[in-house]
Amino acid sequence: MTGIRVALAGNPNVGKTTLFNALTGSRQHVGNWPGVTVEKKTGRINRSGHAIEVIDLPGTYSLTACSADEVVARDYILEERPDVVVQVVDATNLERNLYLTTQIAELGVPVVIALNMADAAEAGGCAIDRERLSALLAIPVVRTVGIRGEGLDDLLDAAVREAETPPHHEHTVGYRNDVEAMIASLVGVLEADKDLAERYPLRWLAARLLEGDENALAKVRESPVSPRVQALLSTIDPDECEAAMADRRYDVIAAVLPQVRTAGARGMNVSEMVDRVVTDRYLGIPIFLALMWGTFELTFAVAAPFVALIEAGLARLSAAVAGSIGPAWLASLVGDGIIGGVGSVLVFVPNIFILFLILSFLEDTGYLARAAFIMDRLMYAIGLPGKAFIPMLIGFGCNVPGIMAARTIEGERDRLITILVNPFISCSARLPVYILFAGAFFGAAAGVVVFLLYVLGIAAAIGSAKLFRHTILPGESSPFIMEMPPYRLPTAGTSLLHTWSRGVMYVRKAGTIILAGALVLWCLASFPFGVEYGSSASLAGALGHLLEPLVAPLGFDWKIAVALLFGFVAKEVVVGSLGVLYGAGEEGDALSTAFLADPGLSAATALALMVFVLLYTPCLATIATIRKETGSWKWAGFSVAYGLVLAWLLALIVGRIAPSFIGGA
Amino acid sequence: MEPSDQNAPLRGAVTTLDCIGPACRCRIVGIRASGALRKRLLAMGMVPGADVEAVRAAPLGDPVEYRVKGYALSLRRAEAGQIEVVPEEE
Repeated sequence: MTGIRVALAGNPNVGKTTLFNALTGSRQHVGNWPGVTVEKKTGRINRSGHAIEVIDLPGTYSLTACSADEVVARDYILEERPDVVVQVVDATNLERNLYLTTQIAELGVPVVIALNMADAAEAGGCAIDRERLSALLAIPVVRTVGIRGEGLDDLLDAAVREAETPPHHEHTVGYRNDVEAMIASLVGVLEADKDLAERYPLRWLAARLLEGDENALAKVRESPVSPRVQALLSTIDPDECEAAMADRRYDVIAAVLPQVRTAGARGMNVSEMVDRVVTDRYLGIPIFLALMWGTFELTFAVAAPFVALIEAGLARLSAAVAGSIGPAWLASLVGDGIIGGVGSVLVFVPNIFILFLILSFLEDTGYLARAAFIMDRLMYAIGLPGKAFIPMLIGFGCNVPGIMAARTIEGERDRLITILVNPFISCSARLPVYILFAGAFFGAAAGVVVFLLYVLGIAAAIGSAKLFRHTILPGESSPFIMEMPPYRLPTAGTSLLHTWSRGVMYVRKAGTIILAGALVLWCLASFPFGVEYGSSASLAGALGHLLEPLVAPLGFDWKIAVALLFGFVAKEVVVGSLGVLYGAGEEGDALSTAFLADPGLSAATALALMVFVLLYTPCLATIATIRKETGSWKWAGFSVAYGLVLAWLLALIVGRIAPSFIGGA
Repeated sequence: MEPSDQNAPLRGAVTTLDCIGPACRCRIVGIRASGALRKRLLAMGMVPGADVEAVRAAPLGDPVEYRVKGYALSLRRAEAGQIEVVPEEE
């Protein structure tokens, strides 16, 4: 059995993911491309004696090296040399799609075109002569309908056939005479470097050099022929060459199209009609807000019974464990440590699955592009792209899905900033802490205090976004150049599969980190042997005393230090830990009374504490998610450190200035 | 402003894409942007010679949706201002 590697390329919004899912079914592996946060999906198929590995390349409009997606796609084809590249082409939008084809073909790899959404094109009265297209491009063209799984066998057969055919001529665009002359001179020079000639198609490399492509220039910088290349390049204007080549590619496409396509009369366009309403000057924003509110409601309301079910199940499990395991320490390890730790992950699962289902629905229908279109102006003002609105909104429910929702943002820097400021959006887990303290110390004004905390969170997010933009992640927000894809009805299968694979990945990856974190905290709270869980005599208590000088300027004592320490697992745990430490249980009233009786706790201290809880390290689940989404511990660590510093500073300021407003400390 | 492209048709003055009103058509005569933005625009079909139609502005006035090469593309006015066009007569 021979192995064949098939790389799936194509523009965004052409149904590539659907086709990939239809080809590989559930036999897919989801990971990240090394070094970048671009999702990498691979799948395996066995077909007529061939083990076919399908690699889903990121969706790109071109193969210049402007975005992480493009670099990943291009480097994979260049460096890993797949046996064949299958380009998924939207049959309803041939002109722009074929632009990418001209670039892939230049890379000198065998190419097969999957003419996808062929049914939609035909329904629109647009007939495409596949044989003619295939003959003109010298590339096999297969008709596919990804959502119904049509044409998959033909596509695989064509891919296998191309992979096994010895490489034939390169099907490339012929450029303007002066450009061709430059390419020929450059190829002549480059040929002298055998190493380069072996690694890259020289015509492709020469064309990229003419365009002033940074990535290509870097490839020849170390070569002995570099000075001669530079000498040749100094005579041309790369911008002019690039425009001439792009123009020529479109010319070639424009020459092909009339020969292969009989365009039907453009009838009533449903997408245009929907857009007239949803992007309307007056209706656009209300509709957007209503949809976002609906997303938020569904994510948390629909999930609530499932969350309750999981919580009840976990409680039963803990009780059963407590009753059946002999040594008390082991029962505590399993009950408080493992079940508690894993449980803190599991309770998020319903929210995450529902959120991803809605998000993939919004994305697959094409509405997400409209949402970005509508919100871009507002978000641009605070230094974020339009799409960053959705992660922020979802963050009010829970930062974990909020951070995961940032995946829809293309620009790497924009995405990082969106992820890093998300923890300041006050998630629902912080609310129990506010309710307890605001209720105990501010009485009737509690509502205002909680509201102001939410506003402070938003202000911290905006301020931090601006700060990051000017310091650690400098540069303009990436330009907004976005396709508005036609509205489409997604299939349930695709959305569910999408949701499932991402959800499972969350449980597996985040779960292991959280389990480890929860076990460490259990050990701190339980050792030395025989102490009461989390009490002053435990290691956690000792750590609280150790940390006390650090938080003393904020007016916090060792008990609060311990509670904040436990808050790392999840913010609501702060309440439970204080209950244990004050010996009042988790009952709100008893705890409020205990607070008021504590002379060390004033209204100003309570306010500082709430500010601290709002801003310091979100929770283990969020840290694990940041680690996973950014692909590095560096950013997760930065988030923790930055959050702690900001929380400490603002809590100090609030604690100092609050007495003058609320009277008496 | 100096004429940026000697190939520009004589009729109609050269202006920039952000100055084109809704439902108006124009032809691209030059791209002022450079670097990554230029590459991005070219890849998306904003090439000299292409016909562009302004479809609508977002509710807050920016960005603007255009129709080019048979599909819909939205750009901020800042980016559209880098594209030189000549309005087309009906």
